[in-house]
Amino acid sequence: MRYEAPNTLDQAVALLAAELGEARVLAGGTDLLVQMRTDVIDPVLLVDIKGIAETRQIREEAGGFRIGAAVTGAELKEYPRLGSVWPGVVEAANLIGSTQIQGRATMGGNLCNGSPAADSVPALIAAGARASIVGPQGRRDVAVEDVMLAPRKLSLAKGEIVASFLLPAKPPRTGDAYLRFIPRTEMDIAVVGCGICLTLDARGACTAARVSLGAVAERPLLVAEAARVLTGNEALPVLLQKLDAAARAACRPIDDKRGTKDYRIKVAGVLARRAAQIAYQRARES
Amino acid sequence: MAKHHIAAVVNGDPVEFLCEPGDTLLDVLRDALGLTGTKEGCSTGDCGACSVTVDGRLVCACLMLGVEAAGTSIGTIEGMANGEELHPLQRKFLEHAALQCGICTPGFLVAAKSLLERSPDPTETEVRYWLAGNLCRCTGYDKIVRAVLDAAAEMRGA
Ligand SMILES: Cc1cc2nc3c(=O)[nH]c(=O)nc-3n(C[C@H](O)[C@H](O)[C@H](O)COP(=O)(O)OP(=O)(O)OC[C@H]3O[C@@H](n4cnc5c(N)ncnc54)[C@H](O)[C@@H]3O)c2cc1C
Ligand code: FES
Ligand code: FES
Repeated sequence: MRYEAPNTLDQAVALLAAELGEARVLAGGTDLLVQMRTDVIDPVLLVDIKGIAETRQIREEAGGFRIGAAVTGAELKEYPRLGSVWPGVVEAANLIGSTQIQGRATMGGNLCNGSPAADSVPALIAAGARASIVGPQGRRDVAVEDVMLAPRKLSLAKGEIVASFLLPAKPPRTGDAYLRFIPRTEMDIAVVGCGICLTLDARGACTAARVSLGAVAERPLLVAEAARVLTGNEALPVLLQKLDAAARAACRPIDDKRGTKDYRIKVAGVLARRAAQIAYQRARES
Repeated sequence: MAKHHIAAVVNGDPVEFLCEPGDTLLDVLRDALGLTGTKEGCSTGDCGACSVTVDGRLVCACLMLGVEAAGTSIGTIEGMANGEELHPLQRKFLEHAALQCGICTPGFLVAAKSLLERSPDPTETEVRYWLAGNLCRCTGYDKIVRAVLDAAAEMRGA
């Protein structure tokens, strides 16, 4: 196996594109090294992207934030203002693993590892984040919900790298939240995760929403119907009941050691209601 | 495949080592540098026995490659005591009997030191969350948490 640590995206892309064998981007390595250790993968080339400036920076852009794909969870939490503008995204990224994992794990890796249960992904989707992807054909911008296709399958072509994410400018009276359910309080993989972002009008009625569910399908879902019911005219308790039903209806989960299908579907509805209530509260206070 | 020649700083001292691209930082510390205080429990990021700091950030040495350590400053358990004088955390672990077999202890100490550098007066909850990535099969954690809180109090001069 070769290890390369280029300083530009062009060099990284060229290295990945030219390798005929299995080539992998290395960000925090918290998925990659485990998979190498357990012989799930056996790459011949690792391209460490942490020497590339864009992947490691956070900066304010277009009223929002551009976040390098290789920024760690610990760095996200320490960056001023980000956690008050997009608390759901920062909280979701900070749910990944332990303090030690937080020191290395990145949102680019969380997305590109291709797990349907990745915690930061539903929060990014709810916030309307876009991934800036660089490859042999140049740069393209893709909504985060369009990056993952199925477990371990992404819409990235050979040689493509997620360079950064753009969290958009947050409209007035907008709040986001992410909740996950795990069987204990730390160090486990989501049974269900739910990210919600919603915008209120001056009277406090919801005018726009994005709802995303993780770990209930082959990939994190953007649930349009759940968002639509939130913008209805009914009283909040009714809206939340409808949200619960719409979230459940979108689930097509599997049975595994963390939960049965029925259980995941039920929890998805409950988490959607709870995340929506936090997002409402944050939207009112923002 | 040619080995990589890496220069880094470990516990304040410049070091150089050769490593294969696939060697973890844990392999390098234990096998190339003879620093066997950093333990290997799981090699998959779950147990925290391999906790070290890299440029001040707490990480699992088993989830980082040796080649990635180039140019960094690494802190291990061997750098914790000042000569013969134990760090307050080390003394408190002994006083509170916060260890039995001891394999988890270096990881807990390095992790706890990193917590107290950021948060000199942590709550019990903070301590428990910060140390959630360090597993202990012997003590039941209570004595560890007490030792950390007691060391924090002593270090604050309370
Ligand atoms: C103990 C432990 C606990 C964990 N807990 C959680 C948890 O609670 N929730 C959770 O969601 N995950 C968890 N994980 C999984 C993992 O930590 C996360 O998925 C993390 O975000 C991966 O990021 P990374 O930078 O370490 O990725 P890496 O391991 O570096 O990369 C992961 C994959 O993505 C590819 N890749 C990385 N970056 C890019 C990029 N910019 N462009 C293209 N491809 C890229 C790599 O080639 C690789 O295939 C845990 C892992 C461990 C070891
Ligand atoms: S050996 Fe690194 S976390 Fe267990
Ligand atoms: S003292 Fe034995 S594992 Fe902690």
